[in-house]
Amino acid sequence: MLHTLSIGELGESLSSGRISSVELTRHFLERIERLNPALNALITTTAELALAQASAADLRRAAGERGALLGIPLIHKDIFCTDGVRTSCGSRMLDNFIAPYDATVVSRLKEAGAIMLGKANMDEFAMGSSNETSFYGPVKNPWDTTRVPGGSSGGSAAATAARLAPFATGTDTGGSIRQPAALTGVTGVKPTYGRVSRYGLVAFASSLDQAGVLAHSAADAAEVLKVMAGFDPLDSTSIDAPVPDYPATLGAPLTGLKIGLLQEFFDGLEARNTALIHDALKIYRSLGAQTVEVSLPHLPLSVPTYYVVAPAECSSNLSRFDGVRFGYRCENPADLADLYKRSRGEGFGAEVKRRIMTGTYVLSAGYFDAYYLKAQKVRRLITDDFRAAFGKADLLIGPTTPTPAFSIGAKIDDPVTMYLNDIYTIGANLAGLPGLSLPCGFVEGLPMGLQLIGPHFSEAKLLNAAHRFQEATDWHRLSPRGYE
Amino acid sequence: MSLTRQDVERIAHLARLSITEQEMPVYVTSLSSIVDFVDALSRVQTADVEPMAHPLDGQHQRLRADGVTQSDQHEKYQANAPAVQAGLYVVPRVIE
Repeated sequence: MLHTLSIGELGESLSSGRISSVELTRHFLERIERLNPALNALITTTAELALAQASAADLRRAAGERGALLGIPLIHKDIFCTDGVRTSCGSRMLDNFIAPYDATVVSRLKEAGAIMLGKANMDEFAMGSSNETSFYGPVKNPWDTTRVPGGSSGGSAAATAARLAPFATGTDTGGSIRQPAALTGVTGVKPTYGRVSRYGLVAFASSLDQAGVLAHSAADAAEVLKVMAGFDPLDSTSIDAPVPDYPATLGAPLTGLKIGLLQEFFDGLEARNTALIHDALKIYRSLGAQTVEVSLPHLPLSVPTYYVVAPAECSSNLSRFDGVRFGYRCENPADLADLYKRSRGEGFGAEVKRRIMTGTYVLSAGYFDAYYLKAQKVRRLITDDFRAAFGKADLLIGPTTPTPAFSIGAKIDDPVTMYLNDIYTIGANLAGLPGLSLPCGFVEGLPMGLQLIGPHFSEAKLLNAAHRFQEATDWHRLSPRGYE
Repeated sequence: MSLTRQDVERIAHLARLSITEQEMPVYVTSLSSIVDFVDALSRVQTADVEPMAHPLDGQHQRLRADGVTQSDQHEKYQANAPAVQAGLYVVPRVIE
């Protein structure tokens, strides 16, 4: 079955001529057509474009070109601009927006010969933890379609879990790759801030946003990240540093690796979830790693800090949607003020408006120091805690989420409860650190994620640690019923 | 601290967002609960802490040579605009 093969295995099949990229692309397009209606994981399918790209990839391979992603299909989160293809960001505001250029992530993957099957559903403007805020309706979790897939990269996660593509791109501002990866049983990597270009990625919170990948294994994610990462002069916060050969170091031994157990991540965690993490630690010890206890005393403040910093940046970034240059415009505006207000009021959904207003409030006269400046100071305290922890441990480990996937509708009316779902993931964004979630077992038939967090630019070590775990376990190989 | 309807109206105006009568009470309640939630920060001692604006230390704004790197593509970009005339964006009359 083609959709159960790794990127490496697919590459071998393409190289040996057993299959063509066109056949592979048709296989996944057929799965999307048959399986996506029950999941709503994609907003747009680009079948014609995909088959044209696949033919081109087959020609490149026939001409002797090789490359890990040459001819391999993927799905892009609909937050990445794709030249000539609608880029909706899950919003009515951009429902009619045809991107006039490619994001750097998109152009890099295109140059590597990867095939775009379509654009994944997502929380509107990446603001959500359940994929329920999308203008295009909620995404269903393939493990249980009455439950959310997590968010905001919920479509990318559900599509990867249902094997509608070998991998998907995502973005992570407060956990939006790792949390849905955990809730759908896939491997998700959020790189170091600045590691992957943000150019052409519709901006939410610019000091936190980072693009990454959701895949079936750390080995597959390593192949993709190698292509995605690297300096881009078009992104002013892109880091000009060489990209390591991530696949080359996957098999490195873990002997002597010091894994820090985050005490704060276990406060209040249910016994069954704690047990899964301890099972994972046993595997790591058997692989030669040591565990040490570490503490991040300011971590409980990460969610309130985030819900000042991220909305503040969002209110500034989303001021560009004015009903004038692109996007939704209201009918019959009375004057310019009415055009702005109604285009934005009608074009944005409830959660996006809530975040814009939260951000406007914390930046407004008289409140800036009390909220925004204060949050920036606490952000430093949280970052300093991580730095101290990395003095004792090479990597930090804990759960990705407090619970497995919750029911659709369970939290959507209570924003603060929804926000607390990101309690374990937000810290890495505030500190700009890379994080990875990998499947580590099940609770009541639903997948749970193990989270690894490393120092800046430690993606190779995270992927190595995740790969060695996946060599010793089978959790990442399991597919939901009906999607095997 | 609870926000009033007047507070939310002021914020919505600053953010240039029209809020319907139906939405208003929902935002008064939810924005109040968010402000209460983030008030936890006020109890943290931060007297000597430098505010953090960038997640990585030692980053500087890069400069580039002041040369032409892009060609004019206004037709392509304006294809997404709701109303365009002679290469200009059309909005309701501002000056009578």
